[in-house]
Amino acid sequence: MSWLTRLRPKLSFLQKRDTPDNLWHKCKSCGQMVFRKEFVENLSVCPRCDHHERIGPNERFGQVFDAGAYTRLPTPPAPEDPLKFRDQKRYTDRIKAARASTGEPEAFALAQGSVGGVPAVVGVQNFAFMGGSMGVAVGEAFVAGAQAALAARSPYIVFTAAGGARMQEGILSLMQMPRSTVAIAELNEAALPYIVVLTDPTTGGVTASYAMLGDIQIAEPNALIGFAGQRVIESTIREKLPEGFQRAEYLLDHGMLDMVVHRRDLQETLARLVGNLMRTGAPAAA
Amino acid sequence: MVTFLEFEKPVAELEARIKELKASAPEGGVDIGPEVEKLEAKAAKLLRDTYAKLSPWQKTMVARHPMRPHFKDIVGRLIEGFTPLAGDRKFGEDAAIQGGLGRFRGRSVMVIGHEKGSDTASRIKHNFGMGKPEGYRKAARLMELASRFNVPIVSFVDTSGAFPGVTAEERGQAEAVARSTQACLSVSVPFVSAIVGEGGSGGALALATANRIIMFEHSVYAVISPEGCASILWRTADKAADAAEAMKQTAQDLKRLGVIDTIVEEPLGGAHRAPEAAIDRLGDALAHELTLLDGLPPQQLRADRRAKFLAMGRSAAA
Ligand SMILES: [Zn+2]
Repeated sequence: MSWLTRLRPKLSFLQKRDTPDNLWHKCKSCGQMVFRKEFVENLSVCPRCDHHERIGPNERFGQVFDAGAYTRLPTPPAPEDPLKFRDQKRYTDRIKAARASTGEPEAFALAQGSVGGVPAVVGVQNFAFMGGSMGVAVGEAFVAGAQAALAARSPYIVFTAAGGARMQEGILSLMQMPRSTVAIAELNEAALPYIVVLTDPTTGGVTASYAMLGDIQIAEPNALIGFAGQRVIESTIREKLPEGFQRAEYLLDHGMLDMVVHRRDLQETLARLVGNLMRTGAPAAA
Repeated sequence: MVTFLEFEKPVAELEARIKELKASAPEGGVDIGPEVEKLEAKAAKLLRDTYAKLSPWQKTMVARHPMRPHFKDIVGRLIEGFTPLAGDRKFGEDAAIQGGLGRFRGRSVMVIGHEKGSDTASRIKHNFGMGKPEGYRKAARLMELASRFNVPIVSFVDTSGAFPGVTAEERGQAEAVARSTQACLSVSVPFVSAIVGEGGSGGALALATANRIIMFEHSVYAVISPEGCASILWRTADKAADAAEAMKQTAQDLKRLGVIDTIVEEPLGGAHRAPEAAIDRLGDALAHELTLLDGLPPQQLRADRRAKFLAMGRSAAA
């Protein structure tokens, strides 16, 4: 809390104005220039080539909840730098830099609101925060989201995005895999929907735990989704990877997903699904 | 025949000299007894000193030692009437992950583990202990089978990681690992896991999410290999020793962090020097851990296991 309030004034100071530099958005995929306003109104999807740009928690929450209305849920504090890890940089310095650049305390954010009129808890993993990597704080936030859903008897919708484990937390980062799995088991047993939306990129230990355990598995178009990194695979098999390998459509073809959904249809799709799963029973008598 | 590791070279040299001396001593000639004894004492001390202060990187080498006891050796010595069970019932059989029923010191157990192989042919057959989706799906199937018949589960973990390959990805490696971990957390029977060599990331975890986790003294267990960690964070695999140190991947570190419960002492110079003695100690430790879980109600076994992992990392500090 405290560091967030400390950061806010700085952030508003940095709030970009409509300089010519900022008026345009250059698509990372097709390279075309789009009016930023048009780009954001198009849900940060390139209107020319349909490239789905990575987005942070606030933009995502705004797109997913009814009328863009939601309440952020606090994420519990976690032990910082439990291993006193230092590579070329100090881990604590890397965290500080990530906080300053994202304005978020960690790589997983939570909010509560309604989706298609159904109260829901939504978790968003933030790739901009140290590659969305999963450490104790991310595990803690994931679990807190599941517990909030349990308490409210509502669905839990999670948007995944991660390069993998937070290596600076060593084995404790690995332990977030079983940890999140326990939280999902509790949702399963309470018959509350756990819906995963895989976004670009979702790889490593995150994929090998909560990202693949959804009751319903959705992905955004062309999202990179996999267990092993492509360079690791290439050096193992010493051959070229197949076309479209580890992309959302490839996973759909191989039976790993229920659907690949364009961002413009995502809110409506989620609303329909949670409605079908939560509003069950015989129709009211006429 | 002992294969020597780089840091064991001084010991190797001494042992070679002793051998030479013994071989060259002429019948009824000068008494070389005292000299041999002296050298043997020196070699033993050197070995003890070396192994008393192995660095995390040296432990990685010991954990990967080609002569380290593997699944086949452990099961061969500890499990009576082992009946291997094969296949995931969905796609195929994976020899990297073995499983089956047998008796361990009088009780029926389901045994699951990675097998790395011990020569070129068997290493290829077992894919160097790197499981594929069908292996993890088989593991999940066997855990559920054990749980239904109230048979305790024992796992032996020894893998550099789940196999990184195109076909493994195609068949859902991530999902298979996740489901195997989920199966570990759903069973309602006693479950003890032993990390006997390398505990490589999710591929190890998928068989190691147990009530009690024991670990050989010189085994390692980490989220990524030291080489992998170094090439990402230091941008060169040459810094693997630094990464091994920083990641806290030794049995001793993991015990301090509360990730494992018990360390099993290895014979002097590592399990590969005296595999049978090492396996016997492992058996004693396993038997003890199983006794701790005897008589606990099924629901509690599961609830305790879940609570254990739900708390992981919450208050940890190295
Ligand atoms: Zn574009």
